[in-house]
This record gives sequence, structure tokens and C-alpha cells, in this order.
Amino acid sequence: MTATLKQSRWGEENRPDSGEFGPKGAKGGIELTQSSEATSGLASVPALLQRNAREFANKAAYREKEFGIWQSWTWAETEKEIEALALGFINLGVNEGDFIAIIGRNRPHFYWAMVAAQSVGAVPVPLYQDASAEEMAYVMEHCGARFVVCQDQEQVDKVIEIQDGLHQFEHMIYVDPRGLRKYDHHALHRFVDIQAQGRAAYYEWIEDLKARREKLTYDSTCVMLYTSGTTGKPKGVVLSNRNIIETAKNASEFDHLNAGDEILAYLPMAWVGDFIFSVGQAYWTGFCTNCPESPETMMTDLREIGPTYYFAPPRIFETQLTNVMIRMEDASPFKKRLFDVFMAHAKKVGPAILDGKPVGLWDRLKYKIGDLAIYGPLKNTLGFSRVRVGYTAGEAIGPEIFEFYRSLGINLKQLYGQTEASVFITVQPDGEVRADTVGVPAKGVEIRIEENGEIYYRSEGTFVEYYKNAESTASTKDAEGWVATGDAGFFEPDTGHLRIIDRAKDVGTMADGSLFAPKYVENKLKFYPDILEAVLFGNGKDRCVAFINIDLTAVGNWAERNNIAYASYQELAGHPKVLASIQSHVEAVNESVAQDEMLSGCQVHRFVVLHKELDADDGEMTRTRKVRRVIVADKFKDIIDALYDGSPQISTTTEVTYEDGRKGAISATLSIVDAKVQTVTTQKVAAE
Amino acid sequence: MNDMSTEGYTTADGRKIGGTLMEMKNITLSFGGVKAITDISFDIKEGEIRAIIGPNGAGKSSMLNVISGFYIPQQGEVWYQGAKRPQMRPYEVARQGIARTFQNIALFDGMSVLDNVMTGRLNHMTTGLLAQGLWKGKAEREEVENRERAEKIIDFLEIQAIRKTPVARLPYGLKKRVELARALAAEPSLLLLDEPMAGMNVEEKEDMSRFILDVNDEFGTTIALIEHDMGVVMDLSDRVVVMDYGKKIGDGTPDEVRNNQAVIDAYLGVSHD
Repeated sequence: MTATLKQSRWGEENRPDSGEFGPKGAKGGIELTQSSEATSGLASVPALLQRNAREFANKAAYREKEFGIWQSWTWAETEKEIEALALGFINLGVNEGDFIAIIGRNRPHFYWAMVAAQSVGAVPVPLYQDASAEEMAYVMEHCGARFVVCQDQEQVDKVIEIQDGLHQFEHMIYVDPRGLRKYDHHALHRFVDIQAQGRAAYYEWIEDLKARREKLTYDSTCVMLYTSGTTGKPKGVVLSNRNIIETAKNASEFDHLNAGDEILAYLPMAWVGDFIFSVGQAYWTGFCTNCPESPETMMTDLREIGPTYYFAPPRIFETQLTNVMIRMEDASPFKKRLFDVFMAHAKKVGPAILDGKPVGLWDRLKYKIGDLAIYGPLKNTLGFSRVRVGYTAGEAIGPEIFEFYRSLGINLKQLYGQTEASVFITVQPDGEVRADTVGVPAKGVEIRIEENGEIYYRSEGTFVEYYKNAESTASTKDAEGWVATGDAGFFEPDTGHLRIIDRAKDVGTMADGSLFAPKYVENKLKFYPDILEAVLFGNGKDRCVAFINIDLTAVGNWAERNNIAYASYQELAGHPKVLASIQSHVEAVNESVAQDEMLSGCQVHRFVVLHKELDADDGEMTRTRKVRRVIVADKFKDIIDALYDGSPQISTTTEVTYEDGRKGAISATLSIVDAKVQTVTTQKVAAE
Repeated sequence: MNDMSTEGYTTADGRKIGGTLMEMKNITLSFGGVKAITDISFDIKEGEIRAIIGPNGAGKSSMLNVISGFYIPQQGEVWYQGAKRPQMRPYEVARQGIARTFQNIALFDGMSVLDNVMTGRLNHMTTGLLAQGLWKGKAEREEVENRERAEKIIDFLEIQAIRKTPVARLPYGLKKRVELARALAAEPSLLLLDEPMAGMNVEEKEDMSRFILDVNDEFGTTIALIEHDMGVVMDLSDRVVVMDYGKKIGDGTPDEVRNNQAVIDAYLGVSHD
């Protein structure tokens, strides 16, 4: 660790000192709000850093829990760290226009590395740290990264493994020296050493660094992010300073973010959302980015930090809700009763109170009591006590899950975005939040809907190009700057809110001509805590079938309480009682789907509980955990065939990839279950 | 082996091993009429990973207990850091810088992981009960130093997420890791591991092996370990002592031991008539 750490005392409660910028906002006379003319001269992230180092010099910019306490760096210290690293980069031979790959979990060092790269005119390319060596090799060779900044031995090994195929690769910089002592250090450098070399060569390079920084304009490349994509090879999305800064500015103003806000950075650094929040908005507004101690401690760290601005994909909210429900199952009858009564009340009036709608006095009072007894402590346990603005995006969230958090008084909203848009396309304004829409166009975004329902947008945040892929750029973005999202949707006439139906290419028609929209049904299934993932098939067929993944935490807990012994995921997934319980969920979903005239054809006729979890390592999901439908359909073709040909069970062998890249195979005999479907009069349903 | 017996050597992967740290000379240990160890001699050099292997009941754990001072051998001498060790109680041995883990985990179940690791710092605390109770001045500084050391080990062994979890609630594999953490907290010159991988699955074994190698590499700790899993032993250790029925039947590098006829007989079985 560097010498600039500030240590609080061991053994004390570890909630970090929020300094003069507590949740209540400003004390001490520093102007927190941004004036809009600040844009002038602030044409790059390094320029924002310099401003922050001046204006918020003594305010925390980064915190990271390390060795059990929150270490923090002020904006002034951050600038020094980044400057030392940038000088070190120049000293190492980084040229303008070079690509620097950044591989690691959310740590201040990697954010510094990104800004240091920008400072010297290079382009940071954050990668998914859990990517396989193959995926990494593709991306690094595609952008021709000369330098890599990574976390530890694991990533160093991975890069060494693939380096023969990387023609431009030269130097690697690592943060954690553990286990690396014996490695050949010709092209391998320690992060702090590079910084030390930079400091030592200060007078040699500082003018060069200043000159490079001066050259950065609004149109210089800010970052390049590879989209995982549900099909095909990853594409490098080039985002300019204009894209990032304009978007960050608009979004921060929309939600009134200021330098007193706190976020927890825990989502993959390679994902555009993390870049916008932890770099774009953090540097624009000057708020503090907190980094967890390790991925496993994220929940504890969330509670200790109590972020005011929070962002998570639906999966995180689902997991947290599942954990709450599991723990309530184990609570004493009195507590459980208390929980049920007050949660029912919260469901009734909570969202209305949050939106400032009129609610009766007695209901308000009862909600207050509930807040004291249940909601407050629960929010505190979840780490949401101070959340002022929370977003979920990436995928549609189950309405019931969404309502649960809203009813507790957490201002959770939805937004709709894409890497190519620097995230924001539509957002929900406070007070106009609904589970089934994604809100109104974000500030500065124009939206157009084509006749086939596909959504197009145009904004300052619209990406520059796909790197070295003019063909894809041309097919996605037209000459006027309109970008095709690939999603189908429509604006609700009375509210002006956008509703997304599905991925345009996933929406299809059944054999009888009715609409097939898999996501709609899958989200209903995923609402059940037992069900982690569902994949619906039926495009062009006469009926729908589904794959289901059980949630090991929820089902495992249930099995424990019911004295059901199991030795493996596979055994639990195939247990008759589990199948019966999943069947009841599927049938309940069928009933609900049957209510919807347009989609009643999407009822699940037969389903199978898969013997393995769909996994990004096996290519079945993207790194952001979206199902790759085509690959799944192809890989499990035998199971789909069995679902349609009426056989009662299917024996199958599946190749799996372990985290270290080794391959293995698992075999299983899966039972296929028939589910009851509702007959809908407006439409013929093939009889089972 | 003769060239190795007096001074240090360099391992195949380029690590420098120092001079003799501990030497067992003609150790014999018996319980009543049962001879657990018969006339065994071997040495442990500074910085090496030394394994003691053998079939069940070969006397491996007894040997480790002799090193840790828990058993007093009837005959033989224990030399440590160049001096003959007088008869000692286990806590005195611990003060000399020998720490250990146990085959059947011996942690304080009701205490948190952090507190368990902190107990490993006991020999590094000099302030008295009263001073620590008042927690002022030196006692406070000492506590902070010890906590820092404990936290570094928690970080090293990647158990941050369970720092405040009571040990009783942890699964077996993690308890083993906490035990290692506590032993490391003592900053031992010699670390004794009694079957660190017993009862673990392949993945847990791989993790534990990685930690053992990293401990040796990062802190330069000399490690003596007992292990059943031959694959693990051969991969990890620099030199191996093989015991059978209380006697030493082999001693050398993993390759030498693997090709030793007596060892093959002991492991594969041979008629004893």
C-alpha cells in the first residue's frame, strides 16, 4: 500500500467517516451543485480530475476496505496517485493512442489506471476479470493492447498463457505481488514500482504529461468497452469524452446527484454501467467511490457504506429478496407474523407514500410503526438505509420484486440503456415509477420507433464506432446518428413512458400466428425464489416448452427444512418433490399468462429442470448474465427435441468448463414434466 | 542424500534452502509396551517444506507431537536452532517459534474467526492483564499491531468475508483455513501441519496447497507437514520422510522416495512372514 493511506483505528466500528459530506449534504461552505457552464474547459476525465483536486481537495474520492478498515484517498491524493502512475506509464513507453487492457475487480488502482491511461493519451480497455483465456485473447488481440494492468497472479498467469498469440503485447503491471516473486520480471512490473518510477522521473516527463493532457478534446476516445453480446464475437464500443461527460452530466442533473453522494462500486469494471457511475458521474459530481474488500464481502461492505446512489441488475435484487425470505422462514413465529402483517401493509400503501400520493392518516401511522419495527431494520440489513436513488437495469425486473423494494420506501427506479448509448436511453423520473415501463427519454435523448416496433435513439452519448468493424457500425448506426437497439417496444399513449416488449430478434410467432415473447413468461417464472433462470422455446412451434434452473440457495434451504437429503446440485434438481413444486409454479404462471390475450399462446406445456446451472464459462450466458438463447438451444438440442416429442425422460451428456479452463462432462437422465395449461377461447391450444 | 545433510541446497524450482533448523536424533517413543516411534533421525532445513508420510498408525502424528513438545520421547534428542532442546512444555515450544495445526480442528468454536486468529498472537503480547483491561498506552498500541498482523493474514488466506463469523458456523474446509491462519499469526519459524487436507475435496485441496506454497514463498516459513494424499505430498514437498510401524523406511526428495522399494512395499503391501 502507498504511504498516503489514512488509517482509522483498529477495532472500532468500521463504518467509514463520512466526513463533512454526510448524508445530510453540505457543511463547511463548499458549493456542491454543479454550475452548467463548468463544461467549458472540462473536456476530458483527466480535466475533471484536476478540477476535483482543486475544488474538493480534502473530500474523499475513493475508499477501499483493506485489512479490515476503510482506507481512503481524497481527491487531492487521488490526483497525485494518478499523476505518478501516468508518469510511470510514459516512463515505461506508453504512447498516445496505445490501448491499455485493465483486468481486475473494482479497486481504486484500476480506476486510477484508467484515468492515468487517458492522461497520457492512451485508451483504457477494461476486461471482464472472469473471462476465459480465450475470450481475453480475442479482445486483447483485437484492440492490440500493448500494456496490461491486472490484479494478481491469477490474471498474470492467464495473460502469460495467451501472450504468444498477442502480437502487440509488451508489458504487464500487477497490483498484488503475492506468488509472483519467482516470475521473470523483464516485462512484468509491480503497480507501486511503476508509480515510484514515475515519481522519480517527475522532472523528466511532467512537461510531456501536461502536453498530452492538453491535447485531449471532447472528441478524444475516453474508453473502449467490449460488449459481451448474446450472439457472436464481442465488439469494441468506442466512447468519446463527449459521450461520457455529457451523459454523466445529464444523468447527474436528472437525479440531483452531488459531491456528497456515495456509491459502492462492485459491478464488473468492463461493464458500461460501472464506467458511467464510478468514473463518469463520480468525476463529474465529485462523489466518493467505495470499493469492497473482496467480492464475498460485498453485502457487508454495502451495509457499512450505506450508499446514497445505488445500482444493480435485477439478479442482485432477486438474490437479496431470496435471502430475506429464506431467513424469514427460519424466524420465530411471532417475528414471521409481524413481518407478514407489515409487509402486506407496505405492499398496499408503501409505493403510494414513496410517490407522495395521498394516503389516509391511519395507513400512514401504521406504515410509520412498520418502519420502526420492520422496514427500517430490514433496509439497514440490506444496506439500503440511505439510498436516495436506486436503479435497476440490464434486464427486466420481476414486478413483484420491484414492488417489494419500493414498498419498503426505497426509491428504486428502472432505466433502459445500452453500452452504445453510454447507458442512458430512458429513465423513470421520481414519482412516475412503474414496474412495466422503463420511463421517459433521458435528457438529451431522442427516440423513434420503427414500424416493426424496433426502438431507435440518438443522443450526445451515442457511441463513436465499433473498433475495427465498420460493417457493424454501419448496420447499427445510420448517417444521421440513429442507433438501432434491437429491442422492440412502444410508447404508452397517455403517459409517454416506453414499454419494452422483448429483444426484437427474440420476439417471434407461434405456428398459429400468435405472438411469442419469451422474456415475459421467463420473468414471471423467475419471480419464484426457487427458480433462478428460465428459458422459453416455441418460436414457430405449436406450443411452448421451457428449461428451468433451480436456485440452489432457496431450494437447498427448503430441502434442509424438509429433511430432504441430496448430494449434488444435479440430484436436488431432479428430486420428485422439487419437480412437483416447480410444476405448481409453472402452472400458476400459465394461469397468469392466459389472462393476457396477446400472449396466451406462450403457456408452458412441458418443462425440464436442467441438471446444471447455465453459466458464462460454458458460453451459455454473457458475462452480464443474459441467456444466450441460440447457444442454449443448440447445446441442449436433444432435450428440446425430447420436450416436443413427448418422451417422459431424456438421457443427456453436457460438456462443462471449470473456472480454470479445464473441461469435463456431466451426464444425467432428466424427467420431463407436463404442466397444465389454460384453455383460451380466442385461440386454439393443441391438446396435450 | 549425503550432500544435503549438513548444509543448505537449491531446489529444482530455484529456491534456496538454508541450514538445519531442527534435527531429530534417534528418537524413540513408547506408550507402555507399544513402541510408537523407534530410533528415528531426520532433519528439517530452513525454508523447506518437509513432509512426513506413512500408512495409518505409522507414528506420524506421534512424531509431530514430539516436535511440538506434546510427547516427551524416552530416548533421543531434539536439536532446534543449533542447540539441544531441554525437556519442554508445549507452550514453551510455542514460544520458541513453533506453531501447529491439528488433525481434528482445535479452534475456539464460540469465538469469531478474527478472535481465533488473534489468539495466535498471544506470544507476541507483553503487556499484563491489567494494562490490557484498561487498554491504554502500550497495551493499545500492541493490540493495534497485533490486529494489523492478524488482518494481513486474514487477507492472505482470503477469509475476509468470515472475519466476524463464529467458527462453529463454518464448514470444515474453512475451519482448516482458520486454523492455518491462527498458526501463521504466531509468525512461526517452524510451522507444523497435521493432515492439512484430510477430508477435503479436490478443489479445497488445491486451494490449501496453493496457500501452503504461498506461505512458504511469501513469509519464508519452514513447514513440516503430515499428509495422506500422496499426490499432494509429492507436489508440495522438497523432501519426504517415510515412516512405517514406527520406523523410518525412507528419506529424500519425492522422486527418490517414490522409487524406494521399502516405501513401495509399505504402501502397496507385502506379506510379513
